[in-house]
Amino acid sequence: MNNSVLVKIARTHLVERKKQSIIAALGVTFGIGTYIILMSFMTGLNGLLDGLILNRTPHIRIYNEVEASKVQPIEMADPFKDSGFVHVVENVKPRRSHASIRNNQGIKLALQKDPRVKGITPLVSARVFYQSGSVLLNGNLMGIDAIAQEKLFNFNQYVIGGKPDDLDNSKNGIILGAGVAKKLRLKVGDYVPLITPNGESMRLKIVAFFQSGLADVDNTQSYVNIKTAQMAANEGPSYATDLYIKLKDIENAIPMTAEISESFGVHAVDINTANAQFETGTSIRNLISYAVSITLLIVAGFGIYNILNMLIYEKMNDIAILKAMGFSGGDVKRIFIYQALLIGIIGGAVGLLMGYGVSVLISKAPFETEALPTVKTFPVNFELAFYIGGSLFALVTTFFAGYLPARKASKIDPVEIIRGQ
Amino acid sequence: MNKGDFVSIQGKSGCGKSTLLYLLSTMDTNYEGEIWLKGELLTGKSPNELAKVRNEHIGFVFQFHYLLPEFSVLENVMMPALKLGLKSRAEVEHIAYEKLKMLDIAEQARKRATQISGGQKQRVAIARALINDPDIIMGDEPTGNLDSKNADLVFGILKDLTNSLGMSMLIVTHDDDFAKRTDRVITMADGKIISER
Ligand SMILES: Nc1ncnc2c1ncn2[C@@H]1O[C@H](COP(=O)(O)OP(=O)(O)OP(=O)(O)O)[C@@H](O)[C@H]1O
Ligand SMILES: [Mg+2]
Repeated sequence: MNNSVLVKIARTHLVERKKQSIIAALGVTFGIGTYIILMSFMTGLNGLLDGLILNRTPHIRIYNEVEASKVQPIEMADPFKDSGFVHVVENVKPRRSHASIRNNQGIKLALQKDPRVKGITPLVSARVFYQSGSVLLNGNLMGIDAIAQEKLFNFNQYVIGGKPDDLDNSKNGIILGAGVAKKLRLKVGDYVPLITPNGESMRLKIVAFFQSGLADVDNTQSYVNIKTAQMAANEGPSYATDLYIKLKDIENAIPMTAEISESFGVHAVDINTANAQFETGTSIRNLISYAVSITLLIVAGFGIYNILNMLIYEKMNDIAILKAMGFSGGDVKRIFIYQALLIGIIGGAVGLLMGYGVSVLISKAPFETEALPTVKTFPVNFELAFYIGGSLFALVTTFFAGYLPARKASKIDPVEIIRGQ
Repeated sequence: MNKGDFVSIQGKSGCGKSTLLYLLSTMDTNYEGEIWLKGELLTGKSPNELAKVRNEHIGFVFQFHYLLPEFSVLENVMMPALKLGLKSRAEVEHIAYEKLKMLDIAEQARKRATQISGGQKQRVAIARALINDPDIIMGDEPTGNLDSKNADLVFGILKDLTNSLGMSMLIVTHDDDFAKRTDRVITMADGKIISER
């Protein structure tokens, strides 16, 4: 079997119909190009939002809620056990209790050993006032282990003007909320005076700013190291208000949350419950990208089908001659499939380049958002899989678009055509 | 027909001459009876096998010169040999050029098949039928479009091939002079052979 002559015939047919061939190839180009641009951009965006929510939010948060005891002491008294008596206690109030998680160090040690856990870090939340002359601003200090927060929750993405580790390096360092800084006209290196609820005052040195993009948070929240926060809360070294847990596999979040609250008797909330709408958004964006690009490629497929169908009507004579010369039905079929594939390969290759080029352009375009102080350009995901997947899909579509007309061509009866002259 | 026979077919228009050639050339398989080539039964073979037989053993010249319009004269002649794939492209090109020379149109080799005259096309079609040195050439009025000088030329070439290579010729013709010079004349009427000389 001599394939090169079939390829030559296929190529000649296309070259002779430059305009139609180019239009058919452009269909594939736009199909693939759009697919790559959409997927790169959409998954880039998804990655960014993953970074925003999934990577920054603890998979499980353990905290202590101040609430009234579920079992009031009177219920435990003998007269009310199993007897018909009813008690009425009006205006039940929570006992003034510690906001600290009981036995938080024990819980931390136990969970660190759990193979499903990637990391766990304590936080200390303390209420303060930012002082500016005679003005007091409501505020909240978060005592963190900066290195763990950065490693587990990309804390560095919120920090501008300095590094999270600076909290550990200087004893009285503070990463001040950007909104607070703006209100008080403070810059990195300045000292900010604070007043604790107990009336004690502190002076902390600004090492960086914190910007989450949420005005409510940025106007109140600042970060310090754990010791400083414990001091501000007037509590001892075992005091912790939250434990943030990052898991190796986020799928374990829901079962583990139930386990933790059961076995340690603490409050725990998982990321899915906290951000239920998140996954819906991701899957809908993916669905849209796939739907649009597949539609485009199918339209391109119809373009190829169309041009080949026309070509076959034009080429009835040639097909009859080829068959008379001894080309088999299979040879004729292959000629037309090669034409479809040539259109697909050339159009597809240009589409890959176009997709890559536009993706590069998008990735260079400036993109500034309050929520992401460290992101300066649009997020684009340059993943080889999109290029491979796009090429494969283009080849498959063009093959099928070419196959039907090609099969028709292979069945042409030369005698009928020659007689018809 | 025997090897090396030069046979012509005559008969009124519509009597079935072309039809007979289509059957014998294996393109049309809708017939009763048996067709044999070189001791091999062709009847009942698969379309792919028949295509191979046509490619290797049968050269066909149509009533209307049929060339591939997008290819050069030379490429048209080379096509069946490239399909056969026994010789390199360079060899095939050389042989095709020789055949064109033989038919006195070598100077048109590089032209497009659409850029030459009807008579020239007919001779290119004959060169193409010869390219694989088939066992038999079937021609449907191959000299119909040619002036007497070129018709003589074609007759001479075909005659030579029967003598030198032992090729067989089965040629439909309306030209009585042409028919008279062949070894045998078959006359048809109403789809049947009515006489043989
Ligand atoms: N043996 C046969 N049985 C049935 N139909 C036949 C037979 N021979 C010829 N025909 C029919 O007669 C018609 C004309 O035949 P054909 O084209 O072969 O004639 P022709 O001799 O080549 O004519 P022309 O000299 O004009 O080229 C065709 O439709 C063909 O199907
Ligand atoms: Mg005829």
